[in-house]
Amino acid sequence: MEKPLTEHIIPDKLPPGLKEYRKAGGFSGVEKALKGMTPDDIINLVKTSGLTGRGGAGFPTGLKWSFVPKNAGDGYTYLIANADEMEPGTYKDRYLLEGNPHQLIAGMIIASYAIRAPKAYIFIRWAYKKAETLIRKAIAEAYEAGYLGNNILGTGYNLDLYLHSSAGRYICGEETALINSLEGRRGIPRTKPPFPAVSGLFGRPTVVNNVETLCWIPHIVNKGAEWFMKLSLTGEGGTKLYGVSGRVRRPGLWELPMGTPLREIILDHAGGMQEGYSFRGIIPGGASTDFMTEDHLDTPMDFASVRKTGSRLGTGTMIILDDKTCPVAFIRNLIRFFADESCGWCTPCREGLPWVEKILASFESGEAKHSDMAILEFHTWYMGPGNTFCAHAPGAVEPLQSGLKYFREDFMKHINEKHCPWKQKA
Amino acid sequence: MLTDKELEEINEEKKLYPYPGAACIDALKIVQHHRGWISDEAVEDIAAELKLATDEVDGVATFYTRIYRKPVGRNIILVCEGISCMIMGYESLYGYISKKLKIGFGETTGDGRFTLLPVSCLGDCDHAPVLMVNDDHYRNLTIEQIDSILDSYI
Repeated sequence: MEKPLTEHIIPDKLPPGLKEYRKAGGFSGVEKALKGMTPDDIINLVKTSGLTGRGGAGFPTGLKWSFVPKNAGDGYTYLIANADEMEPGTYKDRYLLEGNPHQLIAGMIIASYAIRAPKAYIFIRWAYKKAETLIRKAIAEAYEAGYLGNNILGTGYNLDLYLHSSAGRYICGEETALINSLEGRRGIPRTKPPFPAVSGLFGRPTVVNNVETLCWIPHIVNKGAEWFMKLSLTGEGGTKLYGVSGRVRRPGLWELPMGTPLREIILDHAGGMQEGYSFRGIIPGGASTDFMTEDHLDTPMDFASVRKTGSRLGTGTMIILDDKTCPVAFIRNLIRFFADESCGWCTPCREGLPWVEKILASFESGEAKHSDMAILEFHTWYMGPGNTFCAHAPGAVEPLQSGLKYFREDFMKHINEKHCPWKQKA
Repeated sequence: MLTDKELEEINEEKKLYPYPGAACIDALKIVQHHRGWISDEAVEDIAAELKLATDEVDGVATFYTRIYRKPVGRNIILVCEGISCMIMGYESLYGYISKKLKIGFGETTGDGRFTLLPVSCLGDCDHAPVLMVNDDHYRNLTIEQIDSILDSYI
């Protein structure tokens, strides 16, 4: 089984340096792209490959690139690598950033060339200190070797790559909030349209791609769209970094064919549930995705199949709900996260999330009333898609709406028994 | 007044952007790195340096969780409250640390040695529960490890 993204990553060891990675063929994609392909060739190749955004939304990458105007007038076009990984339960980009920074840099060189960008930024999460140090070193090496800077590989193409370390706030992972933050402002999402591809960073055409997405580019250029498609078990190409955390025997992260069934990930890779704990459900792609339950264990974990269950693949890093954890407390933890991280710009999100959190707290303290169920239901609609400025609140209520459906009895027990049934067990 | 060292570092960051104001967050982080926190005076000085309004810089400083607008201790303990850490029992870690240091979230010990803060997720969920002290990550934690970890920070 091929594992292109993690092939050169040895956990807890230093990543390959530039010379070592080049020797392993890590920069051959860059050479091939810059010397033998036009920007449009690359965009078409990435479109054909079917590569979709690995940050969670699953938007086709080639299509995103094609929205950048070819003749954008005076000024720069920008590429930004979104390394602001902050979705609770998600640690996949960290693995790529710490494990092989040159893979990301190679991907960014090709992507920048494809969208004709002379400037690129890596927007990295403040907590990833180790990755930050390793990337700074890798960027310096890439300049030294002539992969960055002026007249790269003698092709006349110029690219500067900068690293910006964030100062916190989950919302900065939203691409327009990220752009505001990179401009030195409060990280508040912008109105779309205009989309960043037309007017983004400093008012210029900008593409924001997730780290895992960008790491694919050199491999696709090297080996082609057909190869990429064949890595997958389903109609969506490539492999995927899947993770499992919670009460499993071996929490971790694995590069597996796209569409690997959920059961296989949990049993074969994560080792199944720990002794004394049983499976009740998972949220598949970080905190902002709907629950999947026992009924969904045979789902191939790709974007389309997970969508059919009513959830989203998201980041592919799953969190398991076990029988010793109260589902209401689980959801309350997620809602509190989203309430804390709301940027405060629009009312439903700013006011609604703390309200929901208070109600969930009342379930845990045994003070919830039957009418509270209707209030929770109302909020899953009120903060749903189309009612808020960005996707923050709609994402936040995904585990709530599915939790109310799958774990309704547990909610009712809190009301009827006037206490949290899990508190006695502990 | 910003120090020469701070100015030098801020000027380095300015080079990354087309106008000085874009380096606002970098400047706040630089000054905080040297002083521990961002005072009103620091906000004014950064604003002047970057040609921004004082309120604009303060708006940025107060938006980001990793910029401290109040004095903090010499060491900052960030206890991860993320969902995986909740499942794996961060609450007992917090309880232990809080009892040991006699402070709650948002507070600093009387001797100025530690500030205790919650953090929403540290991206280390397969090693939950986790915490950070200053720039150091600690993973797969049990209460028994806490004493020796904290002892190494003075």
